[in-house]
Amino acid sequence: MGFLEWATSPWGQSVPIHIAWFLIWVAVIAGLLFLIVHAIYVMYFAKPRVFAADDPSAVSASIPKHVPRHSLVARLFHWVMAASMFTLLFTAFLPKVGIQFNWVTYHWIAGAVLTVSIVFHIIHASFWLDFWSIWPDRIDLDDAWKRVRRFFGMPAPPPHKFAKYPPENKLFHGVIILCGLSVILTGVFMMSRVRTIFFPRNPYLFSDMTWGLMYVLHGLAGVGLISLVMMHVYFGLRPEKRAITKSMIFGWMDRDFYLEEHDPERWKVQTASSSPTSSRVEGRGVTDVG
Amino acid sequence: MAVIRDVMPAFELYQPSSVADAQQLLQQHGPDAWVLAGGMDSFDWLKDRIRKPKVVVDLSGVEELRGVRTTGDGIEIGAMTTLTEVVNHPVVKQKYDLLAQAAEVVASPQIRNQGTLGGNVSQDTRCWYYRAGWPCYRAGGNICYADTPEGRNREHAILHAERCVAVNPSDTAPALIALDAKFVLRTRKGERVIDAEDYFVGPEIDITRLHILQPGDLLTAIRIPSTWAGRQFYFEKVRDRNVWDFPLLNVASAMVLSGNTIERIRIAVNGAAARPLRLKAVEDAVRSKPRNTATGEMAGKLSVQGAFPLQFNTYKIPLMRNLVKRAISGVEEATWAS
Repeated sequence: MGFLEWATSPWGQSVPIHIAWFLIWVAVIAGLLFLIVHAIYVMYFAKPRVFAADDPSAVSASIPKHVPRHSLVARLFHWVMAASMFTLLFTAFLPKVGIQFNWVTYHWIAGAVLTVSIVFHIIHASFWLDFWSIWPDRIDLDDAWKRVRRFFGMPAPPPHKFAKYPPENKLFHGVIILCGLSVILTGVFMMSRVRTIFFPRNPYLFSDMTWGLMYVLHGLAGVGLISLVMMHVYFGLRPEKRAITKSMIFGWMDRDFYLEEHDPERWKVQTASSSPTSSRVEGRGVTDVG
Repeated sequence: MAVIRDVMPAFELYQPSSVADAQQLLQQHGPDAWVLAGGMDSFDWLKDRIRKPKVVVDLSGVEELRGVRTTGDGIEIGAMTTLTEVVNHPVVKQKYDLLAQAAEVVASPQIRNQGTLGGNVSQDTRCWYYRAGWPCYRAGGNICYADTPEGRNREHAILHAERCVAVNPSDTAPALIALDAKFVLRTRKGERVIDAEDYFVGPEIDITRLHILQPGDLLTAIRIPSTWAGRQFYFEKVRDRNVWDFPLLNVASAMVLSGNTIERIRIAVNGAAARPLRLKAVEDAVRSKPRNTATGEMAGKLSVQGAFPLQFNTYKIPLMRNLVKRAISGVEEATWAS
């Protein structure tokens, strides 16, 4: 059983044409396994979270009851992206598991929406938000190492509280970037193979081998997104993450949750005494992956 | 067309004698099984070695799939009834002559003697890229070789193309749609009776099939209700060689007139898309209209709205417009006023 499906081109060349569709089920099962194992771990084995001591009293008094986390624009982007992503996944994979419907038109329209929203997000995050807040910094890496050591019972000091985004969130965002850009870049070219309003149809834009590899990359990233979206939804529904999910709806999180999980020194929120010109200080969502 | 290599690949041959046995074999072997009716389409695939099924289920020994039977409300034609039997059956000729006309222009007499009604409506497309074994969309690949500027697409689709531009080649399919026939299927979930037009699917739904039969399913019979028995029929097929060829386009209509006014009508074309198209918009537009040149022209123009010709099949647009016009207004009205 191969991971790819191959065909012989009219010129006798063996070319990949797409991924083997059983990988859809591999992705679903992998996602489910992750959820089950994580849920069991949290329920029965996880130790209480311990952070390095800080001095919240110095700033806690100035923290508002509702800590702003995601701007309206950022939230709108997130939900538009989510809607297009679900549409893309359902239209891509339901026909492959036997649910037949007219999927291509919905798929490319959702793909166009996703592409536009991602381009908007890149520009918005680069020029209007704190671009670097979603990327791991040195403290994240140090803390990750400490957490790994502590997980295995090795001596290590407790990690810092989180900045605006926990390292897991940043890691997820990074993987989503890889998969998302893969499906978008390949998908844009693949649009030239179907009739859309964007390009004149030209199936001979690339060689059969290049096209085949493009379809394979599109498929691999697509099934990867199945697992990733399952994980994302799962964490969004977990009780201890509810404050983060709520912030993606209402734009803010509770003061108590903020002080419990986040380091005011690493994620400063706007207070009456802080500078209103700094986006980081304002605490606005930068790269809103939930 | 691919070079016929004459020697078929090896397969297990089963020759059931009942529908139940045939269905059991088909369900047992699922996608590995190939249904053999008259063999007119199958032998091309097998001899060209494009399809190499592990199992072939030959239905020729299933007597209950043969013959034309009158029922309380019309007739039932077994799926394995040959086209010649359909053409020559007195009830078909007398009451459902539209089907007889369509079946009579299928291929050649020899082929009609062997080819079956079920096979004719279930046959695969004639797109040569696909039949030559090229890895196109319909074959599970990711390209349509016909829908390119250089592609040989004179016979291909002008309507409802979705990635694949192959067309359905059946002559009897539009006649059965016009007669409001029902197709009787045996599936894993039991017997299903569906409208003729719902038997066929386009590439937007399933790009690898022309009909809804899934592995394990069997078309057992076609029922034609008496609703349109003995009405005003029209069938016309246009092909490159009148002695023996697949349709470039064909049209079938059944009409009820009140004086010269079109009271009810069903009309379908084939060869324009991957499935035979029932022209509902045309039916609605001409209902209660006089049967004359103006109505025919209006119907013809309406029928090709949304047509998207390829490099070499633009001719199909005026061809379809004219066929529909002739089906509505009659051949004697064929000249266009505008």
